[in-house]
Amino acid sequence: MNIVVLVKQVPDTWSERKLTDADHTLDRESADAVLDEINERAVEEALQLQEAHGGEVTVIAMGPDRATDAIRKALSMGADKAIHVSDEALHGSDVLATAKVLAKAIGTVENVDLVIAGNEATDGRAGAVPAILAELLGLPQVTQLRKVTVEGTTIKGERETDEGVAFLEASLPAVVSVTEKINEPRYPSFKGIMAAKKKPVSTVTVADLGIDASEVGLSGAYTQVLEAAPKPPRSAGQRVEDGGDGGSKIAEFLVGQKLI
Amino acid sequence: MLDFRLPSEYEDLRKTVEEFARDEVAPVIGDYYERCEFPYPIVAKMGAMGLLGLPFPEEHGGMGGDYFALCLTLEELARVDSSVAITVEAATSLGAMPIYRFGTDEQKAEWLPSLTSGEKLGAFGLTEPGSGSDAGALATTARLEGDEWVINGTKAFITNSGTDITGLVTVAAVTGTLPDGRKEISSIIVPSGTPGFTVSKKYSKVGWCASDTRELSFQDCRVPAANLLGERGRGFAQFLRTLDEGRVAIAALSVGLAQGCVDESVRYAHERETFGAKIGTYQAIQFKIAEMEARVHTARLAYYEAASRMLRGEPFKKQAAIAKLVSSEAAMDNARDATQIFGGYGFMNEYPVGRFYRDAKILEIGEGTSEVQKMLISRELGL
Repeated sequence: MNIVVLVKQVPDTWSERKLTDADHTLDRESADAVLDEINERAVEEALQLQEAHGGEVTVIAMGPDRATDAIRKALSMGADKAIHVSDEALHGSDVLATAKVLAKAIGTVENVDLVIAGNEATDGRAGAVPAILAELLGLPQVTQLRKVTVEGTTIKGERETDEGVAFLEASLPAVVSVTEKINEPRYPSFKGIMAAKKKPVSTVTVADLGIDASEVGLSGAYTQVLEAAPKPPRSAGQRVEDGGDGGSKIAEFLVGQKLI
Repeated sequence: MLDFRLPSEYEDLRKTVEEFARDEVAPVIGDYYERCEFPYPIVAKMGAMGLLGLPFPEEHGGMGGDYFALCLTLEELARVDSSVAITVEAATSLGAMPIYRFGTDEQKAEWLPSLTSGEKLGAFGLTEPGSGSDAGALATTARLEGDEWVINGTKAFITNSGTDITGLVTVAAVTGTLPDGRKEISSIIVPSGTPGFTVSKKYSKVGWCASDTRELSFQDCRVPAANLLGERGRGFAQFLRTLDEGRVAIAALSVGLAQGCVDESVRYAHERETFGAKIGTYQAIQFKIAEMEARVHTARLAYYEAASRMLRGEPFKKQAAIAKLVSSEAAMDNARDATQIFGGYGFMNEYPVGRFYRDAKILEIGEGTSEVQKMLISRELGL
């Protein structure tokens, strides 16, 4: 079974993250860049499926040059090869353009049975790319999964949302997105790290994928960020002294906030 | 060309272990430490990541790395916790390494796969109640009776010797007298559970509380003659080599602790306020932290250099001793300063710096005391 895993390099959630003043896009210099944790889980799921069913795992990432670090991490976990779409023109791309580029990149991989993505990136948090991608590729979308199994040419998954759990089934090939409950990703071993250095990574531009540069990036985006303001500092909160009526005071507060 | 940057595969390993220590060790290790409990789940995870097989070739189940990969790992682990770091250090550098380096093919095949995967832990029994740095004074004996070694004696402060997954202890014992009257010392592999080999209860220690340290006694303990590690009478040379390498490893571990003190202090200096300002704005704190950073930086350079000589196969005895000396002192000094910066909270076990303070002292003692390092350095200078 040949699997494509989509990965993204994001600012480390452990560091301070901000947007640039110039065009309100992500300030990539301000924070350490890491492989998005949700993508580590996507890679892990792909590797587990590969261990059970065989085939090849290809990593696809769209991002600036330094995204090679995130790609190398996915390869050191055990993925076989990677495609890195890197192009100045992609700067500021929205979810539609991103999905378009990824769809073309997936098209360059032969006999893809399954595309696995994280359900949403920890930076943009749009959570829309897997679904748009499935539409563009004309494949069933089996998103927001906490569990994935493959039986023959059928993929089964458990989609967990606030409303409950849905049990889904689709025929392969399909596009899957996974949530943080899907698995615990492995840490790369030193053997894996060294092996990753020898694995093939092909770097392509949007032109290589047959996409016009005007369709992507900030200029090709359907939405525009007009303004961005930092989150206001958290206020000190309200202190409730318990003089025997602490419970009802808390209840009153919660009622006031329309929480109960 | 002089270049102190880490090659990318080492940097990737360092980052991976940093992440592991932050996400898997830091949140839980305080409780293990408090209860003086061995952290089996953490050791199992480290085994799965290959951290116990770093310097061994793949044919023995290892990661195909080298001793420097181990050192970087120890540094990153000790930045968060020394009990976990010393468990890895002892398992690799003292448990598996002598078998890899001096063992027969049969011994390697029997022991290395389970040791390098972390399924079992190995220990090295050199120190005795009456002999530490003066290793030539050891009193444990082994006599050959037929095709068995009969071992008698006591070993002290042996790391990893009494865990549920301890597989073996390599015991240094007197096996005879040399023509010049000196002791003939040999190393013998004693599997855990061998009759006559008793593991006493854990010591109550000042630090390293989540690591396993025991006293061992051997009373007519019999093991097959084939359990001799390497050649008879080579024990002294074997453990001198093992200890020289181990010093670089302990230096790396010390640098980790010293770095952990800087990390915690910088963070706290940004948070804690006194007299209406963050303590990091006061020169008294800034200078303390600057000194701490200078110590850890120089100590790191010292162990990197010792490790690079070791890997190139050059003499490194002096450099290892210097690295061990300066880094263990850096750890001790930084732990003292970090605790001071944290004030009353530094004296509380729930803060990592309290643990660093308790864990630092042993670094100036184990794997050769600071005095022994000075002896070695002056000897190398022809004094």
